[in-house]
Amino acid sequence: MTLQESGTLIEVEHLSMRFGGLVAVDDVSFAARPREITAIIGPNGAGKTTVFNCITGFYKPTAGRLTLRGEQEFLLERMLGHEIGQKAKVARTFQNIRLFPGMTVLENLLVAQHNKLMRASGMSIFGLLGLKRFRDAERAAIDKARGWLERIRLVVDADRPAGELPYGAQRRLEIARAMCTDPRLLCLDEPAAGLNPRESAELNELLVSIRDRDGVGVLLIEHDMSVVMRISDHVVVLDYGRKIADGPPDAVRNDPAVIRAYLGTAVDGPDA
Amino acid sequence: MAGRLPALLKDAALTALVAAALGLFIVGFKTRDIGQGLFFDYQLVDLAIAVAVIFFGRLGLQFASMGLKWPSFALGTVLGAVGVSPIQMPSTFLHWFVVIAGVLIILRTIWPWANTAIATVRHSERGKAFGRRGAKWFGAVLLVAAVAMPFAPFADQKTMDLAVLILTYVMLGWGLNIVVGLAGLLDLGYVAFYAVGAYAYALLSTQYGLGFWAVLPLAGMFAASFGLLLGFPVLRLRGDYLAIVTMGFGEIIRLVLLNWVDLSNGPAGIGGIPGPTFFGAVFAETAPTGRQTFAEMMNIPFSSNQRLIYLYYIILLLALITNFFTQRIRRLPVGRAWEALREDETACKALGINPTNTKLTAFAVGAMFAGFAGSFFAAKQRFISPESFSFIESAIILSIVVLGGMGSQIGVVLAAVLLIGLPEWFRDLGAYRMIVFGLAMVLIMAFRPRGLIAHREPSVRLHPVRAGP
Repeated sequence: MTLQESGTLIEVEHLSMRFGGLVAVDDVSFAARPREITAIIGPNGAGKTTVFNCITGFYKPTAGRLTLRGEQEFLLERMLGHEIGQKAKVARTFQNIRLFPGMTVLENLLVAQHNKLMRASGMSIFGLLGLKRFRDAERAAIDKARGWLERIRLVVDADRPAGELPYGAQRRLEIARAMCTDPRLLCLDEPAAGLNPRESAELNELLVSIRDRDGVGVLLIEHDMSVVMRISDHVVVLDYGRKIADGPPDAVRNDPAVIRAYLGTAVDGPDA
Repeated sequence: MAGRLPALLKDAALTALVAAALGLFIVGFKTRDIGQGLFFDYQLVDLAIAVAVIFFGRLGLQFASMGLKWPSFALGTVLGAVGVSPIQMPSTFLHWFVVIAGVLIILRTIWPWANTAIATVRHSERGKAFGRRGAKWFGAVLLVAAVAMPFAPFADQKTMDLAVLILTYVMLGWGLNIVVGLAGLLDLGYVAFYAVGAYAYALLSTQYGLGFWAVLPLAGMFAASFGLLLGFPVLRLRGDYLAIVTMGFGEIIRLVLLNWVDLSNGPAGIGGIPGPTFFGAVFAETAPTGRQTFAEMMNIPFSSNQRLIYLYYIILLLALITNFFTQRIRRLPVGRAWEALREDETACKALGINPTNTKLTAFAVGAMFAGFAGSFFAAKQRFISPESFSFIESAIILSIVVLGGMGSQIGVVLAAVLLIGLPEWFRDLGAYRMIVFGLAMVLIMAFRPRGLIAHREPSVRLHPVRAGP
């Protein structure tokens, strides 16, 4: 298989998630490769965000296996919520933006580097003493944050509370914050929601640069087809919790099952 | 104006009537227990004066709000003059009451003008620079004043006692600020850790003869471990639910101290707690065998004030350590993680921050400072009983933090001075001083809903603030 040849970043096998009697995700399997943008699309309620929540540890899947591959393998379904970010290096953003609104833009990016800084601060003891080792680590963290602020064009706003930024800037900041955790897999839940066409085009550029320049695999839930079709390398389509198509964007676009899911079934149509 | 005057008079009369109806029972009668039974004292003159002041005060405020500067100004001046004049009034407080009414009317009159002036100054470049420098210097001036205070001419025993009390609450406020202000964990049982620290010192000193300075770190450690103990069960709780459980925890500690007589001597409390020593020297007129007194050590005559001044410097030092620690840790990763946790716990988890450890450290560190303060309290009072650690103490400390402005260090100082100092200054008023306490709270919340000082200084800046031209 081609997937094996080029390597897999995350492999989702037979993932199921039930809430009581409701089956939100039903036996979904797919894989995403490193240095690629994989989009998960589907109508409302198809179970896309549920898949995300399983991958990032916010839900414990009812069944199935989630393997993050690399130098070290992680079985995500067995890890605690925060360990997935800390050890497996999976970062995510949220459908409704979740910044730290009262903290400044720069502080948001520093909180994202918490684990690295915490080690450098020697459980706060070196930090309290103001040792050089910690000061250097902090300067490096600020430099890294500045680099990201330059990429998302928010350097001038660095010392403003994040909650004061306009909506589009908050979206970009949330992505930058996730990237500051040095992730191997970045999961974005509808990053283009609420953006105007210009902002949406900028977002495309940012995501492509994250893939090509930072070499991070991106998993993307998106409704905006201009984003999905233009930048994704691989598309997975869900409907009613099941996977109905999987492949390169062009193939998925013309897949009759996908058209049916989005446009409905014609009783006397050619595929009925 | 003439046309509206009857309406204004009617309004003022109505206000006075309401005040009279309310005041009749609160101020008008006073029950007095004199052996043979309960008697009434009538204070109708007091009431009449108060009602009259309220009538004119309301009138003045109405004038002021309608922009009638001169009438309200005149009314305010007259009231102020009557207040300071030697006219016979039943109590000095009534003099104060009249003066305050006059001052309030004058303030209200010049408020719109002052407000615009302040806003203009504040938004000008020079005003901004001045504000920044002012904020920096304000703390320093306050610190110098605090260090010099015991040698000020007005520092008699009563003032020093009050200063020690205020500083204790400042320290407790700063400690609780870590838990509530930074980490956003609403803790209504903070006094429990204060009690743990106090009993740790009381027991270790009376039973094992350990000194204050040896027990101080131990008391902090005990309190911190109780902080962890509280932290574990409440990890999953947020907001109101967390508040209820922490309140329960506070009560549990108090009830255990009340009922575990073998350990704590129950409601009778623990007495004879030794005070803190100064390099082995005790603060007493005569030293026990093998010790020397502070006065002997320094070759100065003995004075009972020495002990009080020493206590003052200890609590000042402890409070400053708390402040320094908090300022410092706020700029460290763990401090930022606390604040991030307050802002959004879900996002923290997504960023790989362990919420369990972060919360537990906040509880433990906050509790540690309460433990320090507790053992100071025991050493100062020389007697402790569970009575000192009731829920109202937690409520007062929390009020100090909230009214000061959550997370603001200087706000805690101002709120502690207001909430602890005011009722003590108004002690002559007897039971009414609690009304002053309540009034201070209501006024702060009405005019500064986010606390006295709501400004949050970023823990780190990318662009350093320019000092201005």
